[in-house]
Amino acid sequence: MNADVRTMKTPAEQALSAAFAATRDTLPGKGAVAALRADAFATFETRGLPHRRVEEWKYTDLRALMRDLYPLAAPPDAAAKARAKDAGKLLAGIDCRRLVFADGAFVPEQSDLTPEQGLSIASLAEALAKGDAATAAQLGKTFPTDDVAVALNAALMGDGAVIRIAAGAEIKRPIHLVFAAGADKPSSSFIRSLIVVEKGAKATIIEDHESGAAQVNAALELVVGDEAQVDYFKLTQARALHVASLLATIGAKAQFRSFAFTRDSSVVRNQNFIRFTGEHAHGGIRGVSLLRGKEHVDTTLLIEHAAVHCESREQFRAVLDDESHSVFQGKIVVAPHAQKTDAKMMTRALLLSDEAEADNKPELEIFADDVVCGHGATAGALDPGLKFYLMSRGITDKEAEALLIQAFIGETVEEIAHEGIRAALMDAAVAWLGARK
Amino acid sequence: MLLEVKNLHVEVEGKKILDGLTLSVEKGQVAAIMGPNGSGKSTLAYVLAGKPGYEVTEGEVLLDGENILEMGADERAAKGVFLAFQYPVEVPGVATMTFLRTALNAQRKTRGQGELSTPEFMKLVRETSAKLGISQEMLRRAVNVGFSGGEKKRNEILQMAVLQPRLAVLDETDSGLDIDALQIVAEGVNRLRSPERSMIVITHYQRLLNFIVPDVVHVLAKGKVVKSGGKELALELEAKGYAQFTGEAA
Repeated sequence: MNADVRTMKTPAEQALSAAFAATRDTLPGKGAVAALRADAFATFETRGLPHRRVEEWKYTDLRALMRDLYPLAAPPDAAAKARAKDAGKLLAGIDCRRLVFADGAFVPEQSDLTPEQGLSIASLAEALAKGDAATAAQLGKTFPTDDVAVALNAALMGDGAVIRIAAGAEIKRPIHLVFAAGADKPSSSFIRSLIVVEKGAKATIIEDHESGAAQVNAALELVVGDEAQVDYFKLTQARALHVASLLATIGAKAQFRSFAFTRDSSVVRNQNFIRFTGEHAHGGIRGVSLLRGKEHVDTTLLIEHAAVHCESREQFRAVLDDESHSVFQGKIVVAPHAQKTDAKMMTRALLLSDEAEADNKPELEIFADDVVCGHGATAGALDPGLKFYLMSRGITDKEAEALLIQAFIGETVEEIAHEGIRAALMDAAVAWLGARK
Repeated sequence: MLLEVKNLHVEVEGKKILDGLTLSVEKGQVAAIMGPNGSGKSTLAYVLAGKPGYEVTEGEVLLDGENILEMGADERAAKGVFLAFQYPVEVPGVATMTFLRTALNAQRKTRGQGELSTPEFMKLVRETSAKLGISQEMLRRAVNVGFSGGEKKRNEILQMAVLQPRLAVLDETDSGLDIDALQIVAEGVNRLRSPERSMIVITHYQRLLNFIVPDVVHVLAKGKVVKSGGKELALELEAKGYAQFTGEAA
């Protein structure tokens, strides 16, 4: 037996090919964009869906997990839009600029499009249909990769947000991108957003997915300009396969802080491709995942230090109950010329059940000689000594566990600068704990 | 009698530590328990507090006539048992103030009492912490994280003052303290002496008992009480050592 597995396409792979063949002429964008789609699709055709023998996807076998492709989402009708209205409630108490997408398509009538100095907002579908040159020129260029999930996104991208923040602009309200499931039957969407934060500008961006039972492949290209300050949040609640890719570059003296919060999700892969391109930049890349049942959450980082004197902190925590499975793969690459890089990565998993599994794979690839880099990973149960200490003060078993889990999560959540968002995420974590059996 | 320990046999991982220990503590009494290393002092403290992993093979422990051995640590705490740890545990991520409040309210809830109002609680904590030299800043910090040895011990006494136990067990509260810290801790303990509160002061050295003067002294060796007496017994032990009880040369 020496069969070429590539000739044996899975039903999902066949459906993806069929979807591209059926829609390639109607998907938005001509010329360079159409070429980008074709190239990306060729990458997928050659490689197929990634599986466990592909190192980067070892713990999240997409070929096995994606049994089928749901039909590409139709443009949302009135009922779908109405359902999208309730999404993103986690941040209801925070004054945000809300931009709503239903089944991956922009819903302008539910979005706050109040003009603001230095801020331009468009939908990707609209920008591509109009032949917007700046959008076409940037797409796929932020962090080129041959990752198959990103390639599929490029081939089939339908809509998303295109946001440009002009040099020096300070956007006061967080920009809340709400990606909601609208359709009442299973569908799939390929969402591509492009956000450019120009020199010295400041913004908070929240990518909030409540995908319901829809398959989602989302990608965000994010350009953090020199001296810009960007706080980026990725909130995920998805009951079907959800693969999201952040493709980011961070300019000189920029400050980039990201936080991923995932809960009540069946299968999630959050992959972050982040490159430091200018000196003296700081990146804080953090996240918390809460898992129960048979949930699977994969956080995969590729952090490239390609400039001198940059500092990055990667800090991720997962709480796992029942038979859930978390994956953390963090790779930090320091380029030969990126001297004085200071990178520290730490990942911790708290296992609340003997059946839960946490796979941690930190990697450092350092080609420069004058750097400070480190990583650490732990996985373990609640400390019985801590629990006894709390119980000896009268705190009940369940309350003691909740307090310790909350503390475990809190140590990372506390790093969030925005007070309202910090409190909202902590509340969500407490609610999650409250639902524990 | 507040506490009656009758013929207590305890094993840890199959190893016998307490071997028929019998001990009574009257209401309002301060009883010192002294003994050499390995005599079972800390085991007694943990068994009273309900630490998992200590297997009681025989005997009973009555608090005000009620057997507490089947109760969890939290239930015992609500009944008024408090253990000041020899090595207080660091609890990252839980602010001291939150911890105190959660503990107090949990106990009150178990006892069927309402929660203490915020002003009452704040007043109680502020007054007590000031006397113990615990700053407001420390109260905001995570429990015992980054605290010095002395600060940790003072924090134990603060918890005791807030929780107002009926039976306080102080496990080697003097260990690791310099004389100034010892004095602060001892004063904190002495302020809590009351006809309604009994204390078991476990120590290896007599020094602590100069500051917390006991009503009775019990000597523990090889898992049982081998001698009891007045406070002068502590001085005798200091002079003669424990060899007379262990059968070994000091």
